[in-house]
Amino acid sequence: MTGATGRMRNTVAEPIIQFIDVSKSFGTRAKRHTVLDHISFSIPEGKTTVIAGGSGQGKSVTLKLVLGLLKADSGSIIVDGQDVVSLGRRELRQLRTRFGVLFQGGALFDSMTVFENIALPLRERTHLGEEEIRARVMKTLGDLELQGHEDKYPAQLSGGMKKRVGLARALQLEPKIMLFDEPTTGLDPVMTKDIYELFTRTHQRLGYTAVIVSHDIPRVFDLADQIILLNRGEVDVFAGVEEIFLSEKPYIQEFVEMTMGREGRGCPGEEKDHE
Amino acid sequence: MHESADFGETPLILRPFWFLGDATLYLFNDLGRMGIFLFAALVGMFRRPFRLGEVGKQLRFIGTGSIAVIFFTALSSGMVLGLQGYYSLHKFGAEGMLGSAVSLTLIMELGPILTALMVTGRAGSAMCAEIGIMRISEQIDALECMAIDPFRFLISPKVLATLISVPLLTAIFDVVGIFGGYLAGVRLMGVSSGSYFNGMMQSVTNHDIRLGIIKSFVFALLLVWICTGRGYFVQQIRGAGFGAESVSRVTTQAVVLSSISVLIFDYLLTAVLL
Repeated sequence: MTGATGRMRNTVAEPIIQFIDVSKSFGTRAKRHTVLDHISFSIPEGKTTVIAGGSGQGKSVTLKLVLGLLKADSGSIIVDGQDVVSLGRRELRQLRTRFGVLFQGGALFDSMTVFENIALPLRERTHLGEEEIRARVMKTLGDLELQGHEDKYPAQLSGGMKKRVGLARALQLEPKIMLFDEPTTGLDPVMTKDIYELFTRTHQRLGYTAVIVSHDIPRVFDLADQIILLNRGEVDVFAGVEEIFLSEKPYIQEFVEMTMGREGRGCPGEEKDHE
Repeated sequence: MHESADFGETPLILRPFWFLGDATLYLFNDLGRMGIFLFAALVGMFRRPFRLGEVGKQLRFIGTGSIAVIFFTALSSGMVLGLQGYYSLHKFGAEGMLGSAVSLTLIMELGPILTALMVTGRAGSAMCAEIGIMRISEQIDALECMAIDPFRFLISPKVLATLISVPLLTAIFDVVGIFGGYLAGVRLMGVSSGSYFNGMMQSVTNHDIRLGIIKSFVFALLLVWICTGRGYFVQQIRGAGFGAESVSRVTTQAVVLSSISVLIFDYLLTAVLL
C-alpha cells in the first residue's frame, strides 16, 4: 500500500480545492464553539489528501464545507475555480456533479436495492437507456466483487459491503474529486484492507483527487500524498508522514505518540499485515 | 445542527426578555425556512424529469392505503350524525331535515377535517419519520452530493400525491358518511328515504361543495408541508434531541402541529368563504 502513493509526492500539482481564511462556528452567540478558526490550505489535483485530527476537530465539517452542505462563516473555499461560499443553489448543484462522496455509513437508500442504488446517479444524471445502465451497473458490481447481491436491500448487507456499494455509487459518473468520510470506521481489519485496496485500484484507474477523513491512523497515512491535521480550529499541513515526525509542535508530538507510538511505526502491538 | 436556548451571562432580571427575543427569532427563522421549503417543494413538482412512478407509489400509500380508515371513520361519523340529528330534529318534528343536516355537516366540515386528520395520523407521520431517518442517516446529503434535487426527488412527489389523494378521499368520506347517516336515520330510526335524499338535494349547493373541496386542498397542503418539512429539518428543530429520538419527537410534533393547523384553518376558511 505504501508504494502506490509515495511516487506522487515529489510532483507539483495545481490545487483543486483551496481554503482561504475559512472560519466556521456552531452554537449560540453566548456559547459559541469555533470548529475552524481562519484556516487556509490547498488540496492538490489528482493527489490523495488525508485529513486527520481528534473527534470534534472539524474533519467532517471540512468535507461538508467543500460540498457546500454547510456555509462558512467567513473566508473563501475555491473548488475547481469557483468559490463555494458565494455560489447559488443551482451553481452549487452544477459544481457537485464533479464530486463523488463515500459517506461514513454508506448513506444507501433503504428502500432501494443495491442495483437501484448504484443505478441512481446514471438514471438521474444521464440520458442512458435502461440496457446501458444495467450493463454499466453489472460491470461495476463485478469490479467490486458484489455480483449476486444486486437484488439485496442495504439492511441485508454487512458494513463492508455497504461501503463498497456506496463507493460503487459514488464512482458511477467518474468524479473528478472523491471525498471519503471515515471509509473504514466500524470495519474489521480484513474489510479495512479490502476498502484500501479498492481505493488504490479505483484511484489509479480513474485518477481522481481524493480527500480522506479518517481515524484509521497510521494506516491511512500510507495512502497520503498530503496530510492535514486539524486541532482546536487550527490546521497544519504536511507533505507526508515523515514530515509529521519532524514537527516540534507539542500537540503534534502528542498526536504522533498517541496514534503511532513513540517510534512512529504503528500502534503498539499492531502489525501491518495488510501490506 | 439545532441551537438550544442559552442565557450565557445574561443578568437574571433580563432573562425573560432574552428568552422572549430568542424564541421570537427562532420562530421567524423556522417560519422562514419552512416557507422556502414549501416554495421549493411546489417548484419541484414542475421540474424535469418528472417522477411519475414515485407519485404513483405515494398515491397508493397515501390514497389507496387510507381508503379503509376513511371508510370506517366516515361510516361511523355518518351514523352518529344520523342518530344525533334525528334525536335533535325529532324534538321539533323536523326529521325531514335530517338528510340536509347530515350532508351539509359532512360536506362542509367533517369530511375535509376528519379526512385530513386521518391522513395526517396514517400517512403524514410515516412521511415525517421516513424523511427524518433519511436526513439523520445522510441519505438526503447523499442526494445533494449526487447533484440530485432532494425536493424534486423526494418531497414533491409526496406533495403532489397528497394534493391529489386528500380531496378524493374527502369525496369518498362524504359519500360514505351520507350513506352512514342514511343507515342510522332511515333504516334504524324510520325517517323516510325520500325526505332524506330530497332534503339533501335541495339544501346542498355548488358553493357548499366548492367550500369542501377548497378546504380539503388547503388541509392537504398544510399536512404534507408540515409533516415533510419537520422531517427534512429534523436536525434543526430546537429541543428535538439527536438520532432516533429526534425523529420520534419531531414526528409527534408534526402530527400535533398539522392537526392544530387544520382546525385553525378550518375556522379561518369557514369565516372567509361561507
